[in-house]
Amino acid sequence: MLIPCPYCGPRDLAEYTYQGDATRARPDPATAGQAAWNAYVYERANPAGPHREHWQHAGGCRAHLVVTRDTVSHAVLAVAPARAGEPS
Amino acid sequence: MVERDSPLGPLRRPGRHGHSRGAPGVRLAEVTPAAICEAAAWPGAEAALAEAIGATTGLGLDATPGAGARSAEAAAFGIGPGRFLVTGRHDGLVAALAAAVPADTGTVTDLSHGRTVMRIAGPRAEWVLGKLFAIDFAAHAFAVGAGRATAHHDIAAQIQRSAGDAFDVCVFRSFARAFWAGLCAAAEEVGYEVL
Repeated sequence: MLIPCPYCGPRDLAEYTYQGDATRARPDPATAGQAAWNAYVYERANPAGPHREHWQHAGGCRAHLVVTRDTVSHAVLAVAPARAGEPS
Repeated sequence: MVERDSPLGPLRRPGRHGHSRGAPGVRLAEVTPAAICEAAAWPGAEAALAEAIGATTGLGLDATPGAGARSAEAAAFGIGPGRFLVTGRHDGLVAALAAAVPADTGTVTDLSHGRTVMRIAGPRAEWVLGKLFAIDFAAHAFAVGAGRATAHHDIAAQIQRSAGDAFDVCVFRSFARAFWAGLCAAAEEVGYEVL
């Protein structure tokens, strides 16, 4: 599997570190209850199809990326820097 | 300046090794410069940092991915978004660059004693490095002066093409001896000369 890094170009999967689900939204600490925090920390969807994930190009430019990947075919559909405003 | 010992120790054996027919396929040498530092820009200040590096080293540098430049005195190339590896022959470079980069542009970190640079030169340099790293070393994909950040298994490496048939590979000093051993093994089939 190749992931096209916005900085380095296409690189082998071995250079990347998986950093988890990128679809989670952090609850508002002022209003969120126990159930909302439990869901945020522990509950994950396991979709068959396109999924947004955090990856770090640890063996290259070290940038954190948001990768949209099809979990069935492993096709990488989109890659963007995780930090808004970071140059690609 | 404190004298640095080579981390390669007894594994650096000058002379001809490996395949012995014809000219050596590659020449291997340790070329660690006196000054090595990483300059990193805050978001939005990438172009200002590239300009400051250019003003200090005299290199024409821009903030495009992997861009780099070399002169007889200094070398610099991009290793990540807003980050550059800058090296120089004289150990005053790091202090000069730190003075030229204001606090609201970015930071300069002295790595002079933390990195080792090895040069792989010769007609088979692309072939030998292609066995170690999963990136394209061909001239059309990797221009002279340009840089790449990649890794050989867990050994992070920052590579600049220093000439048409030569590459400078910068690794953590503590990994230098292990990487050198692997480099020599990879070069055996083409024959190599240690300078």
